[in-house]
Amino acid sequence: MPRVRIKVDGVTYEDEVEPRLLLVHYLRERLGKVGTPVGCDTTNCGACTVLLDGLSVKSCSVLAVQADGREITTVEGLGPGGELHPMQRAFHTEHALQCGFCTPGMIMASIDLLRENADPSEAEIREGLEGNLCRCTGYQNIVRAVRRAAEEMRQAPEREVTS
Amino acid sequence: MTETVAGREIGSARRRSEDARLITGRTQWTDNLQLPGMCHVAFLRSPYAHARITGVDAAEARQRPGVVAVFTGADLADEQGSLPCAWPVTEDMRHPDHPPMAVDHVRYVGEPVACVVARDRYAAADALEAIDVDYEPLTPVLDMEQAVADGADLVHADLGTNSSYTWVFENGDLDAALRDAPVLIERRYVQQRLIPTAMEPRAVVCAPEGDGFTLWSATQIPHILRLMLATVTGIPEHRLRVIAPDVGGGFGSKLQVYGEEVLALLLARRLGRPIKWTESRSEGNLTVHHGRDQIQRLTLAAERDGTIRGLKVDLLADMGAYLMLVTPGIPLLGAFMFNGIYKMDAYSFTCTGVFTNKTPTDAYRGAGRPEATFAIERLMDELAAELDLDPIEVRRRNWIRHEEFPYDTIAGLTYDSGNYEAATDKALHLFEYDTLRAEQADRRERRDPVQLGIGVSTFTEMCGLAPSRVLGSLSYGAGGWEHASVRVLPSGKVEVVTGSSAHGQGHETAWAQITADRLGVPFEDVRVLHGDTSVSPKGMDTYGSRSLAVGGIALVNACDKVVDKARRVAAHLLEAAEEDLEFTGGRFSVRGVPDQARTIQEVALAAFAAHDLPDGVEPSLDSDATFDPDNFSFPHGTHLCAVEVDTETGFVRIRSYVAVDDVGLVVNPLIVEGQVHGGLAQGIAQALYEEAVYDAEGNLTTTTMADYLIPSAADLPHFVTDRTETPATTNPLGVKGVGEAGTIASTPAVVNAIVDALRPYGVRDVPMPCTPERVWRALNEQEGSA
Ligand code: FES
Ligand code: FES
Repeated sequence: MPRVRIKVDGVTYEDEVEPRLLLVHYLRERLGKVGTPVGCDTTNCGACTVLLDGLSVKSCSVLAVQADGREITTVEGLGPGGELHPMQRAFHTEHALQCGFCTPGMIMASIDLLRENADPSEAEIREGLEGNLCRCTGYQNIVRAVRRAAEEMRQAPEREVTS
Repeated sequence: MTETVAGREIGSARRRSEDARLITGRTQWTDNLQLPGMCHVAFLRSPYAHARITGVDAAEARQRPGVVAVFTGADLADEQGSLPCAWPVTEDMRHPDHPPMAVDHVRYVGEPVACVVARDRYAAADALEAIDVDYEPLTPVLDMEQAVADGADLVHADLGTNSSYTWVFENGDLDAALRDAPVLIERRYVQQRLIPTAMEPRAVVCAPEGDGFTLWSATQIPHILRLMLATVTGIPEHRLRVIAPDVGGGFGSKLQVYGEEVLALLLARRLGRPIKWTESRSEGNLTVHHGRDQIQRLTLAAERDGTIRGLKVDLLADMGAYLMLVTPGIPLLGAFMFNGIYKMDAYSFTCTGVFTNKTPTDAYRGAGRPEATFAIERLMDELAAELDLDPIEVRRRNWIRHEEFPYDTIAGLTYDSGNYEAATDKALHLFEYDTLRAEQADRRERRDPVQLGIGVSTFTEMCGLAPSRVLGSLSYGAGGWEHASVRVLPSGKVEVVTGSSAHGQGHETAWAQITADRLGVPFEDVRVLHGDTSVSPKGMDTYGSRSLAVGGIALVNACDKVVDKARRVAAHLLEAAEEDLEFTGGRFSVRGVPDQARTIQEVALAAFAAHDLPDGVEPSLDSDATFDPDNFSFPHGTHLCAVEVDTETGFVRIRSYVAVDDVGLVVNPLIVEGQVHGGLAQGIAQALYEEAVYDAEGNLTTTTMADYLIPSAADLPHFVTDRTETPATTNPLGVKGVGEAGTIASTPAVVNAIVDALRPYGVRDVPMPCTPERVWRALNEQEGSA
C-alpha cells in the first residue's frame, strides 16, 4: 500500500492508504476530521470542499495519494487558537446557514473565491459558488456573508487564510 | 396570570447559538460516529421496477475478505416485520405488506434485496458484487391513469387493484354551481414527482447497549421512530433509545421510518455489534421517499363578474409501490386548502391513491398544501384571463375580507385571522406592480422577443399540525400535541427540553429567546436540549410548520408553570401575599415596596434547598407541559414574481420576486427570513428545475445530483421579503409557523408569471418544470395550431 505524508490543519500525518481511498474518507475515517462532510457521490454538491495548498478542491474528487506531500486546510483548521476566520464570523452574522451541512464546504469555497477576487459583486459570488449546493438557505444570506467577509478582509488584509 | 417582560428577546434578531459548532466543523452528524467494533452495511438493491425474486446466492460474498455476514430478505423474513403506515385514511384502504428487505418480490428500482455487513464501507460495497440474484421480470406499472384503468397490470396482484383508497369530501351544491355558472374553467395540472434532497444523506448507527439498543439516525422524528421500531420489531419500547444528533435538513424526507433503520436494529441484535449505514446520494435518490406526484383535474365555476361559485377537484395521487408512514394522508392535507383564501358555496374533493412501481411518496415540504395552492392560484389567474380582469382584482372580489374573520371555509376549517388586503397592498408596492404592468404592455406592443410576465400567488396554508381531535377524525394514528419541560437548576441556570426535533430550524436559539423572556433570565443562561428520547422522553417531533405554533406554546406553558410555582415560594419567603407580588425582569417584588424582592434564581435555590417551603409545595421549580392546539394556524401572504421569457429560446429568467408573508408574531426575524428564502428556493425549483424522471422500464434516470438539478446560487434571484403581522388568535403567542410558506406560495407565482408572459401567444399552461424546452414547445405548439 502506498505511503502518504499529508499536513492537515497544521499537523503532519504519515499513513499507508489504499490507492483508491478518497481524500475525504481519509480525512473523516482515518484522521477523525469529521468536520468535512460528504453530500454526494458525483462531485456536484461541494459539501466536502477543502483547501489543498491554499486552493479549494472537492475532497471527494481527490485520492488521498494525490495529496501526498501537500497541505490541506479544512474548516476545522481555519481559526487558529479558537479564533474565527472572518468568513466563519460572517456566515454567523448574516445567518448564512440553517442545517449547516453545506457550511464547511461553502465557507472553504468562499474563502477561495475571495482569494481570486477580493471584491466580488453579487453576480460574481453567485457564479463563483455554483459548485456548492445548499438546500436550506436559498443562498441569499450566503451571498451577504461573502460580501461582508470580503469587506472585512479588505480592511485587514494581513489575515492569513491557511493554518 | 403571569406578567412577563415585554419582548426583550422575542422579536429580536438573535444570531443563532447552534452556529458555533456548525461553522467550525464541530458538528455531530450521524455519519461521524465511530464505535468500537462497528461494522458497516451495504445494501444490494433491485435493478428491476417489478420482478419476482427466484433465487439469491450469497455464498461467495460471505467468503470475501472483511465480510462479517450477509443477509437476504429470506434470512430476515421471520423477524423483520412490515414497515408502518400510520394513516389508514379510509376503513377499506388497501395496505400491502412492506418488508424492510424484499423477500420474494421487488416493486421499485432500489428496493433492498440483500445486505453485506463488513468491517468497512469499501469491503461491504465490494462484496455486493458477489451476490447473485435471479429475477423474473414483470410488467411495471408506471402511469397512474393507466394503472386505474380496467385490465391494468397490478403492482400488488393480491390486492386485485392498483387503487389504495378513494377519499371524498363534499360541501354545498356543486352540481348546481357547475350547471348554472356562466363561466367554467377546466384544467388538468400535473404535480411532478420531486426528490426532497436534504443535503445530509440518510445515515443510521445502531449499537447494543446493556439490555437494549441505542440508535442514532438522521431523522426528524426520534420519538415516533422509537415507537415504530418497537412496533415493527417487537423489541420493547423501553429497551430502545433513539437519538437524532445534528441532522442536516429533512424537508419531510426524514419524517419516515425507513427499512434501513429497522434493518440496522435487527443486524445489531443478530450480530451483537454496532452497525452503521450511510447512503450514497445515488442510493438516496432511489430510496428516500419522493414528494408530490399528482394528476389534478379541476373545474372552477364562476359568475361573469369573477365571483366564484364552486370548485371540483379530482386527484390521482401516486403512492409509489408501498404506503409508508403517512403516504396516503399527504394529498388529503391538501383537501382543506384547494379553496385557498376564497369564498365559495360549493366544493368537492375526490382523491384516489394509486400504486405504481416507483419509489414510495410521502411528505415533502408543504405536503399536500403546495399542490392545492398551485391548483387554486393557477385557476385564479386563468379565471382572470378568461374574464379579462387583473389577477389581483379577481382575487380581491373573492377573498375573505379582514373584517370577516373568524371565517368558516367551504372545506370545513375555521380561519381564525388574516389580512389579505394588507399583505397584498404591501407586496404590490414593493413590486412596483403598475410600473411592471406598463413595461409588459410596452413589450407586448413592440413584440419584444423577450416578454415580461407577472405572476400572483395569494396563498394561505394550514400549519401548526395539529389538533389531536382533528387527526383522530382523519384516522391518523397519533396526536398532534407537543411537550416541553423547563428545569431551573439550583444555580439559576435553565435547561429546556423540547419534544420538537430541530434539523436546521434554530430551535436552540428561538426556544432560549422565549424562555429568557418568560422567566426573565439572560438568554445565555438557557440551554435547549432535544432529539434524544432519553433526554426528551415525550414528543411529536418536527414537521408541518408545527414547532413554534405547537412546541413553542408548550414551552410557554411550561415557563408559566415555573413562574406560578416560583411566585408561591417567593411570597412565602417575602412574607407577602401572592397577589401582592409583581414579576418583572426575573424579579418578584412586593407591590409598592420594590426593594423587598427575590430574583427567580434566588427562588430556584430556595426551592432546591427546600429548607423553608410553604406547606404542600414540593422542592424545585421544574415543570413540564404539553400543548394540544384547538385549531390549525393559517399563515398567509402575497407573492409576486416577474419573469422574462425569451420567446426564441424558451429561457426563463426571474427578474424580481417579492414575498410578503404574514406568519403572525415573529420570535426571531432572522430565522423567519431564512426560512422564507429557503422555501422560495424549493418552490421555484419545482416550477423551473426539478423532476424525478422514470424511463419506460421504471428506472429512475435522475439518480445523481448531476441529473436531478437542485438550484445553485447562480440559478436563483435576490428575493425581496417583507411581512405583515396579524397575530393568530388560537395561541397565546399569536404565532403561526413559517417552515413551508415559501415553498407553498412560490411555485404558482412563477408558473403564473411564465404563462402571463406567453398569454398573447395563446399559451394557457406550461407543464412543470418549465424548462426552456417545455416553454419553447408550449409556444410553438400554439403557434403551429393557430
Ligand atoms: S461530496 Fe459532493 S462534491 Fe464532494
Ligand atoms: S444550510 Fe442546510 S444545506 Fe446549506
